[in-house]
Amino acid sequence: MRALFFRDLALALRAGGGFGLGLAFFLIVVVLVPFSVGADVTLLARIAPGVLWLGALLACLLSLDRLLAVDWEDGALDLLATSPLPLEGVVAVKAAAHWVTTGLPLVVAAPLFGVLLNLAPAGYGTLVLSLCLGTPALSMIGAFGAALTVGIKRGGLLLSLLVLPLYVPTLIFGAEAARRAAEGLDATTPLMLLAGVSGAVLALMPFAAGAVLRVNLR
Amino acid sequence: MDVTVTDLAVGRGGVPLLAGVSFVLSPGRALVLRGPNGSGKTTLLRTVAGLQPALAGTVSGAEERIAYAAHADGLKAALTVSENLTFWAAVFGQSQITPALAAFDLEGLATRRAGALSAGQKRRLGLARLMVTGRAVWVLDEPTVSLDAASVTRFADAVRAHLAAGGMALIATHIDLGIEADVLDVTGFQTQAAALGHADEAFL
Repeated sequence: MRALFFRDLALALRAGGGFGLGLAFFLIVVVLVPFSVGADVTLLARIAPGVLWLGALLACLLSLDRLLAVDWEDGALDLLATSPLPLEGVVAVKAAAHWVTTGLPLVVAAPLFGVLLNLAPAGYGTLVLSLCLGTPALSMIGAFGAALTVGIKRGGLLLSLLVLPLYVPTLIFGAEAARRAAEGLDATTPLMLLAGVSGAVLALMPFAAGAVLRVNLR
Repeated sequence: MDVTVTDLAVGRGGVPLLAGVSFVLSPGRALVLRGPNGSGKTTLLRTVAGLQPALAGTVSGAEERIAYAAHADGLKAALTVSENLTFWAAVFGQSQITPALAAFDLEGLATRRAGALSAGQKRRLGLARLMVTGRAVWVLDEPTVSLDAASVTRFADAVRAHLAAGGMALIATHIDLGIEADVLDVTGFQTQAAALGHADEAFL
């Protein structure tokens, strides 16, 4: 399992691995928003938490279609399925590696991008905390979607359509927590619900993804 | 422990391909599958490896003992030869990769990226992976594709050494490897599959 995790990290960090693409995409989305809604500083401050969350979510989505597809194409998935590792573990580990290479940089960069959108000073801590709690769920749900669409040529769009509705609870509670904190309100409830959603996803999704993958490998 | 296949029926995409396949693979023995393209050799191997369910019949003694090698080698182009091998060794809980590198003449290429290898070299690396798994039952699907004559000999030597150490091999191949092995022609099982007719996985 550890070998698989570090292999995925190494592959993401090497040439052609796509590390940083999600972050660059996030930056561009955040930069484009003021262009589209205008330079009204108060309006920007009001929509900043939602835009940051949506940007992070889309950036996460961007790299999902390669999560299992690469291993499928070169035959590594068949070989992993016959290895001592359980498929549930394989999917969970790959989701974890995806989070470290995609979600974690987003969490770290979010405060910086918050400045670009004039996020209220009170909101930074909760924004980071909510992203920290929510993005692992985004990676895990994405891994489930990737398991569903593995083996389908050009499965990326289908993957997005399948995964985006599943992202709704995470997005609602994550953005709500960030918004409340930015307005100086108490964000405990949405944060707890967000943590609950993530906890359930991390506990259950590996099994769903493993089962789906087993069917798709036939 | 033997690998016993009893009255196995296999199919692909809901179409039954082979039925009534039975054989026993004992330690130190190799079984070569023969049959024309599309006759169901790959499907039979995938079923024995546990990658897809059997339509009928049983495979016993194969769980967690199989090292499977198919047309795709599962190599990562961005990793070096030794990194690829080390990864698979770690997945299977092993650590030694030097004997595998030596057996397939890959020492000189150990630090080269797998993406920069020729097709034959990639195949050799894919086969070297078998040696780092430490698994007893090698299930090989057309292992000699894109290998030159010298490499085929190396591969045959590796299989012989594996058998001598008490391993087993189930090989689908069109060429003569020069290994002492039992031969199973799958063509005879196709007619039975046609008689089986009903495809209970048709909805897939």
